[in-house]
Amino acid sequence: MIRTDSLRLEGLAIGDVAPVRQTVAPGEILCLSGASGSGKSRLLRAIADLEPHEGEVWLGEQAQSATPGHVWRRAVMLVPAESHWWAERVGEHLLEPETADLAALGFERAVLDWSVAHLSSGEKQRLALLRTVSRAPSALLLDEPTANLDDATARRVEAWLTERIRQRGWPTLWVAHDMAQIRRVADWHCRLVEGRLTEERAPWT
Amino acid sequence: MDVIELGWWQLAAAALLVVALAGCTAWARLGMTQSLLIAAARTVIQLALVGLVLEALFAAERLLWVALMALAMLLIAGREVMARQKRRLLGGWAFGIGTLSMFLSSFTVAVLTLTVIIGPEPWYLPQYAIPLLGMMLGNTMTGVALAMDRLTDTAWRQRGVIENRLMLGQPWQQAIGDIRREAMRSGLMPTINAMAAAGVVSLPGMMTGQILAGTAPGLAVKYQILIMFTITLGTGFGTLAAVAAGSRRLFDSRERLRLDRLAPPRG
Repeated sequence: MIRTDSLRLEGLAIGDVAPVRQTVAPGEILCLSGASGSGKSRLLRAIADLEPHEGEVWLGEQAQSATPGHVWRRAVMLVPAESHWWAERVGEHLLEPETADLAALGFERAVLDWSVAHLSSGEKQRLALLRTVSRAPSALLLDEPTANLDDATARRVEAWLTERIRQRGWPTLWVAHDMAQIRRVADWHCRLVEGRLTEERAPWT
Repeated sequence: MDVIELGWWQLAAAALLVVALAGCTAWARLGMTQSLLIAAARTVIQLALVGLVLEALFAAERLLWVALMALAMLLIAGREVMARQKRRLLGGWAFGIGTLSMFLSSFTVAVLTLTVIIGPEPWYLPQYAIPLLGMMLGNTMTGVALAMDRLTDTAWRQRGVIENRLMLGQPWQQAIGDIRREAMRSGLMPTINAMAAAGVVSLPGMMTGQILAGTAPGLAVKYQILIMFTITLGTGFGTLAAVAAGSRRLFDSRERLRLDRLAPPRG
């Protein structure tokens, strides 16, 4: 299903982050960078409404404050830098993953029977992305989605993610550190410095 | 058959033995001689005072006094529930939720048992009402405290899991479901174990007391079964209510996990 809703931040402020005004169009990727501790992750948490914050977020015509918490988060999904798993088997966390998606991330269907306890950090990260995509959200918030992956795997995951984002029309905020990655995936790039979001012009060198 | 009268000097003999035990713990340097002696002294003073209160209460036989006594017992139990939690809810919620759930379960079950099942005349006859309520509150208190402690502590430890489940769009009830069930289980476990072991491993205190006081064992057993059931009911419903209310309080109206509503651990 193709989404046509854009994600709009209006005066969103949390902690030291000054009110942010920003719109991300459907299928567009906004890369967010900044020193660690600058508030990138908290900003994503505010958009997913996991922490009390100021301001409003819109998904198309739907306002965050007018939507029940879990309904909002079912639409605007955050993939945190560190994923957590609660059930015994991988498959219990995923809703009907497509074989094509599994293959793109380097897994076979047998992965669904794997025990969560034996997953490496790289496997966890890829499966956490798959877990989110399998739930068919309407917008994505990614917190360093390739941080635990080697270069080759990171490129592969990156390619799969961007393809899905464009295809499904998810407005996406993507926190990244690696400038090369930002150049590859971003439609535009903002830097969070001292609580202010400043847009970096392309080409971002 | 009347109970054999117990003189204070006979108790003093038992107390002397406790002092001897304290001497041994001091000799073995267990570091608990002082707390042993203080606890023993507290037993004497507290029970002597309760004895006086009960004698006055039994003599008066007034609903108002019984109700006041019950209220005092409830408030002390509520304080105890709060004190037994490592990370308790802030702003009076730990006390409020514990006390209210104990009130709802213990008082309802106690009044029902008195009016419908035992039926003393009047129904609030303190000889029946106070011991019944005391035993129920004591056990319900343990269950509620265990369950609330488990709930808040596990929620703290597993905050990553809970939040990750929220991020995937689960409602708060589902995100904390496993933890809530665990907490309820740990609150119910002691009473279930006590019922399972009753009479085989341990002779319940009340039954023993009644037999000592000259009641026929058959009747004492019936009373004990009734008490066991009412304790289980009180603990069960109290625990369920406390965990349901407590877990709701861990989330706000936007279904966010709010661990800032928990006090930092003590000690």
